[in-house]
Amino acid sequence: MKVYLDNSATTAMAAEVIEAMLPYFSDEMGNAQSVHSFGQRAKAAVEKARREVAALINAAPLEIVFVSGGTEADNLAIRGIAEAHRDHGRHIITTKIEHPAVLATCEALEASGYRVTYLPVSRTGIVSADDVRQAIGDETILISVMLANNETGTIQPIEEISALVNQARSRGLKHLHLHTDAVQAVGKVAVDVDRLGVDLLSLSGHKIHGPKGIGALYVRKGTRLAKLLYGGHHERDRRAGTENVPGIAGLGRAAELARTQLDERINRMRALRDYLEQQLLSRFNGVRINGDIQQRVPNVSNLSFAGIDGESLLIALDLKGIAVSTGSACASGSLEPSHVLQAIGLSRDEVRGSLRFSLGAYTTREEIDYAISVLVDTVSRLRDMIPTDEPDEAKAALQ
Amino acid sequence: MYSPQLAEHIAHPRNVGEINNPSGIGDVTNEVCLDRIKLTVLVEGDLLIDAKVKASGCPPTIAAASVLTELIIGRSVEQVRSVTRTDVANALGHLPPAKHTALHWQSMRCVLQSKA
Repeated sequence: MKVYLDNSATTAMAAEVIEAMLPYFSDEMGNAQSVHSFGQRAKAAVEKARREVAALINAAPLEIVFVSGGTEADNLAIRGIAEAHRDHGRHIITTKIEHPAVLATCEALEASGYRVTYLPVSRTGIVSADDVRQAIGDETILISVMLANNETGTIQPIEEISALVNQARSRGLKHLHLHTDAVQAVGKVAVDVDRLGVDLLSLSGHKIHGPKGIGALYVRKGTRLAKLLYGGHHERDRRAGTENVPGIAGLGRAAELARTQLDERINRMRALRDYLEQQLLSRFNGVRINGDIQQRVPNVSNLSFAGIDGESLLIALDLKGIAVSTGSACASGSLEPSHVLQAIGLSRDEVRGSLRFSLGAYTTREEIDYAISVLVDTVSRLRDMIPTDEPDEAKAALQ
Repeated sequence: MYSPQLAEHIAHPRNVGEINNPSGIGDVTNEVCLDRIKLTVLVEGDLLIDAKVKASGCPPTIAAASVLTELIIGRSVEQVRSVTRTDVANALGHLPPAKHTALHWQSMRCVLQSKA
C-alpha cells in the first residue's frame, strides 16, 4: 500500500486540474499575448484562472500576479518592496521560522545594506504581536510573517499584526507594508486578504493539488513594487515572461476546487489528523505534539518520538510505502536540523525524533489506519533497540 | 539517499538485545552526536557463536550495528578481527561518509579488547 503523508512538501494534482490543463499543451497552445484567436483563447484561460485565484482569497483579479511558485512570490514581494521603497527606509521585520524563500531573501538584502529583524517565536511557534510592535521603527518598510508554518502548521496572528501596521501608518509610516507567505495556509483555512489586512500574499499551485511551477503573488491595488525580471510587459508589468498557460489554467482550477470544497476538505483532514494523533498518543509514551495544538492548519501533525531518530522512522516507513518528513538531519551530513523546531525551543533529542505527517484532500481513513499499524510496529522495534542502561564510561572511549 | 539494504536493517534490526554473562562487551558512544552502540558477544573456544546489539542514533549507526552482528556470528575470532569497515559498508550498499560510520567499528574493536 502506498500512503503519501507529505502533502506539505507537494500534493498530487486533482484529476480535474489535469483535465483543465491538457488543452493548453497541444490544441490551445497560443501565446496569451498574441492577437490571433489562439492567443485570445489562451488569454481567456489566463483571465479565468486569475478570477478563480482572486476568489479563493477574496481579492480583485487585477491584484493577482502569476509567478513560477511560492519562492518567486516571496522574492518578488520582499525584494520588490525593498527596492521600490529603499529611499523611505531599509528595515525589514520577519520571524525566525519563515521558509527559506523568505529567510534567504532577507539575508541577501542584509548583504546589500538592509537591516533585518528576525523575531523569535513562543514554545508553540507563534510570534508575539507585541514583539512586532516593538520592532517597528521609522525605517521599517516591510513586515513579512508567514500565515501558517510549513513544519508545524502553526498559524500566525496576521490580523493583529495588520492592526499594528495600520496604527503605524496612521502615525506617518506611509511606506510600511505587510506580506504573508500563505503557501501552507491556502486551501487549509479560509484566507481573506481584506480580513487579514495584508498588502502582499504568496501562494503556490502544487500545495493545493495543482501543478508545480506556478504560483501567485497577491499585490494590493496601489502597492508600489519593483520588478525582479526585465522583459515584456506581462502581468501588468509586474512579471515579465510568456505566461505559463497550462500551469495557470491548472492553478485556476485547483483554486476553484479549494474554494468550493474548502469546508469539506477542512473537516475531513482535521478528523483524520486528530484520529492519527489520538491513536499514536494513546499507544505510545514519549510522543509530543510540536507547535500549537489549537492554532494550526488542519492537515499537519508534527510529532516527536522520544529516543528515536526521525530519519530512522522515515526510512522504515518509506520501506512500507509511507511517505512523511522529518526535522532531523543528523545523518545526512550537510543538512542542518530544522531551524523551526530549534526556534520553538525543542531539545536536540526532540528535534531529532520529529516526524511531520501532512495530509491532503484525498487522504483516506484506510491510509491513516495503515500508517498507524506500521508506526506501532516500527516505533516499538526501534525503541527495543535503545540501550536501557547508562553507557559504561570505562568501556566507552575510542574516538 | 539510503540503500535498500540499509533501509531493510532500519526496518528490521537483527540480533537486538544483550547477552547475559557475555564473553565480551563493546559499549561505545560518539561524544559529538551521542550515538551509541552496545555490542555483546559469546565466544566458545575460538568461535564467536552469538552476538547481540543495542543502538541509538542515526540510521547509519542503527543499520551498521545490525549488519555487524550478521558479519561476525559464526566466525572465528581471527575472522572477526579481519572484518573491515569496508565489509560493513559493502553489506549495507554504502554508508554516508559521516562520523557515525566509525562507531560500529569501534564497538567491535572494543568487544575484542574486552574479550582479550
